Amino acid sequence: MFKLTETDYGTPAKTSDAQVTLNIDGVDITVPCGTSLMRAAVEAGILVPKLCATDSLEPFGSCRLCLVEIEGRKGYPSSCTTPAESGMHVLTQTPKLQQIRKGVMELYISDHPLDCLTCAANGDCELQDMAGVTGLREVRYGFDGANHLKEAKDESNPYFTYDPSKCIVCNRCVRACEETQGTFALTISGRGFESRVSAGQDQSFMESECVSCGACVQACPTATLQDKTVIMLGQPEHSVVTTCAYCGVGCAFKAEMKGNEVVRMTPWKDGKANEGHSCVKGRFAWGYATHKDRITMPMIRAKITDPWREVSWDEAINHAASEFRRIQASCGIDSIGGITSSRCTNEETYLVQKLVRAAFGTNNVDTCARVCHSPTGYGLKTTLGESAGTQTFKSVEHADVIVVMGANPTDGHPVFASRMKKRLREGARLIVIDPRKIDIVDSPHVKADFHLQLRPGTNVALVTALAHVIVTEGLENKKFIVERCEEKAFNDWQEFVCRSDNSPEAMAAVTGVPADILRDAARLYATGGNAAIYYGLGVTEHSQGSTAVMGIANLAMLTGNIGREGVGVNPLRGQNNVQGSCDMGSFPHELPGYRHVSDDVTRGQFEQAWGVTISPEPGLRIPNMFDAALSGSFKGLYCEGEDIVQSDPNTQHVAAALMAMECIVVQDLFLNETAKYAHVFLPGSSFLEKDGTFTNAERRISRVRKVMPPKAGKADWEVTVALSNALGYVMNYTHPSQIMDEIAALTPTFHGVNYEKIDRLGSIQWPCNDEAPEGTPTMHVDQFVRGKGRFVITKYVPSDEKVTRKFPLLLTTGRILSQYNVGAQTRRTANVAWHTEDVLEIHPHDAEDRGINESDWVGIQSRAGETVLRATLTERVQPGVVYTTFHFPESGANVITTDNSDWATNCPEYKVTAVQVMPVTQPSEWQRKHQRFSALQDDLLKQRQAGAIALTTK
Amino acid sequence: MDQQHLVRMANSIGDFFEAMPDRQEALGGIAGHIKRFWEPRMRKELMAYVDAGGHGLQDIVREAIAGDRIA
Repeated sequence: MFKLTETDYGTPAKTSDAQVTLNIDGVDITVPCGTSLMRAAVEAGILVPKLCATDSLEPFGSCRLCLVEIEGRKGYPSSCTTPAESGMHVLTQTPKLQQIRKGVMELYISDHPLDCLTCAANGDCELQDMAGVTGLREVRYGFDGANHLKEAKDESNPYFTYDPSKCIVCNRCVRACEETQGTFALTISGRGFESRVSAGQDQSFMESECVSCGACVQACPTATLQDKTVIMLGQPEHSVVTTCAYCGVGCAFKAEMKGNEVVRMTPWKDGKANEGHSCVKGRFAWGYATHKDRITMPMIRAKITDPWREVSWDEAINHAASEFRRIQASCGIDSIGGITSSRCTNEETYLVQKLVRAAFGTNNVDTCARVCHSPTGYGLKTTLGESAGTQTFKSVEHADVIVVMGANPTDGHPVFASRMKKRLREGARLIVIDPRKIDIVDSPHVKADFHLQLRPGTNVALVTALAHVIVTEGLENKKFIVERCEEKAFNDWQEFVCRSDNSPEAMAAVTGVPADILRDAARLYATGGNAAIYYGLGVTEHSQGSTAVMGIANLAMLTGNIGREGVGVNPLRGQNNVQGSCDMGSFPHELPGYRHVSDDVTRGQFEQAWGVTISPEPGLRIPNMFDAALSGSFKGLYCEGEDIVQSDPNTQHVAAALMAMECIVVQDLFLNETAKYAHVFLPGSSFLEKDGTFTNAERRISRVRKVMPPKAGKADWEVTVALSNALGYVMNYTHPSQIMDEIAALTPTFHGVNYEKIDRLGSIQWPCNDEAPEGTPTMHVDQFVRGKGRFVITKYVPSDEKVTRKFPLLLTTGRILSQYNVGAQTRRTANVAWHTEDVLEIHPHDAEDRGINESDWVGIQSRAGETVLRATLTERVQPGVVYTTFHFPESGANVITTDNSDWATNCPEYKVTAVQVMPVTQPSEWQRKHQRFSALQDDLLKQRQAGAIALTTK
Repeated sequence: MDQQHLVRMANSIGDFFEAMPDRQEALGGIAGHIKRFWEPRMRKELMAYVDAGGHGLQDIVREAIAGDRIA
């Protein structure tokens, strides 16, 4: 349980080696130099009245409530804007101050509705509090003069209301939009009495540039910007700190509750990943957890054309277990496997891989990181020695040069993007490497120094060319290379990159990036101070994904940009627990802690702990499972929390593989696309319904805390335990903390992790063990995990997906701010107000060549398949490139993507598909088939519901 | 398993390791990678394909597999 209202120190904390000691109201207090008087007072336990100040924002000094008296100084300075100085004697409460504050409050209240009893902020209103503190008893001015009391509300945003009648023009919302979020969507329009908060140019919030991050709502001291759920439900009565279930930033939130009902999710300011900030998904889009589409009864059926039959947990679990054993008896031990998900907790993914290895007796286990960041695991392990990013998010505050490559942080990792943009506004330089002109290339007060707008599929050529410039111009960090890296590997690599065919001039024909721009960008990266690379799926989801990751690591080692704050190699993970699901041994070749199954010592430890024999051979990866299913040797699948039919490439290939299997068990919140091919459905539990941990992109292990009982009666870890027990392999856990204890006992990088320590510290970045009992914020400080860093030769190999006369354009895919992954969660929230369908971005020139106008239906055809989307004409994409998202199943974005994959890991090449785009008038054949199939499956689900009603009404 | 798909996958592994200046290291890298990451039935299938002539496989891949029976 956590306090509903946290202490507000009024102004941000300052860090300084110098300390100052002063006296406030008779109390001596020592604070870092630069600390405001207001914050010093709060740290001394003294609350100074305030309205325009809050500790997430720089002081503004407008409300005139926080005035103080300082001995020896004239006047009444505002404590929020006055820095503490040694020897000061400060008084915060005097008759004169009380008189001034009361007068100020009287003016505020003269233009404020007196509806406290029916106001949504009643009990959580700083204006109300200040009226009480200042002893305001009457308003001498009356309420008959000019006022704002009748101004209309703006209810356009689905999640919060803007009520200008309650606005005190404290500017906190405007400053939050600027300082915290970095969007600059809000302003104060008008002057004097006319001053009002305005979204955009006197637009509604929905019409404006507002990204609905909630920072303004969080900052508002009154009911002016208020969550609609609070208006509807009233104030929460308790709160629980937990971790967001969306992207790899892993924001800490307070689930503010009324009993078992969530009233709102507010970002926890002590959360180290987000430091009190949020995005539209984590802050507001949690309604899916209680959506009517949730399936809360286990179901089974013999064939996928049969209606579902609701059964008890025991019957469903026993049926699944007996089917798996039947298949293994007839087709062999390795004829079944399991898939876990980055949407699952560490404890859940650990249990799934344990179940597969120990109860199934095979290594056929994989996780959805296969299709996103598996190349990160391979590439960073090979070069640096550990399959993880090297920094904290906070490290970006020390970066002088920021490289964003193949990532779109403002959409995919918005809270980190805000932290990054703040540093950029402070003067850090920015290099963007992306085929599209993503928002951060040119946004308010942030402009990239270089946008290397390369052709899709040429990352390796570009990265190698950057290295060529650095080496041939003598800009490398020789000392770092000599001391920290393998000599032979470096010499071999140096000879390779210095070749003229790796020069920017030679590579320009491949990448499309002018050589002079690339050279300047390389020089900036090498000489601009602390340089940090942040990358995403635009790097990994290629046929050379692993090579590109190694190329990035080469650059960091070459310039010595690793092993301290402000630098490093930073994979931005797509989902919340990508890092964790990989850490937990979900890959078929690795046991927890990234140790190969062929390693006898490691395998022996697990065999002893688990009491089974583990195969020393790697199992099937997800795409291999599909191939094996189609060739008849893989027939059973346990799939927890992942929608492979929608998210994996070449949808028709995946669907055919599933239809070739005999028993598919899906454990999920909803009857997702994969579940439509399933024989057993086990209801999953949302992140609000279970305990566990997530590990974010900075290796930070944070607690997921149960705030309500599982809607189906079992948390996901309990379902896996039940399945294992039914298979005859007994698991006796009674709480996820016991699972973490087992993980810690068996995994060297987790030896020091336990729930008590996470609760005490708030979160822990692994490695956490005897050498680093409280975790490791920055990796590879004195030496690399593998000892010496290893440079790896990164020869550019063109993708097989080449443009031809038949397929003259390159399709690349990605995601958008308001939707998440396959959309199973966000499509079931009001986030659809921003994005109701996937559209195809096409350059106006390509559109004109094809007679395509804005919003026309267009067919997108590749060698894998065809789908139809609406077109939007935009110069965000370069000529020759088209782009779409994959948030809606009916879009069929992955009907087009192919089964090409990364050479090392089989991570699909989502980012490069040769296509043709032409105007059409009707959905594609696949879409018509999908519509019929979905209608059939919906009907089979309804028949289950009808049966249930009939049973209960008898 | 689709043999042609396995051939494509093996050739892409060959593309990566072929860049190494030390051919023995490259050959070991190819065979080692397939052994560490490919499930036995995939290796067996590829081995059978090699034994049947290995048409379409890059020379370096065929040599790596022939020199170090991956199955």
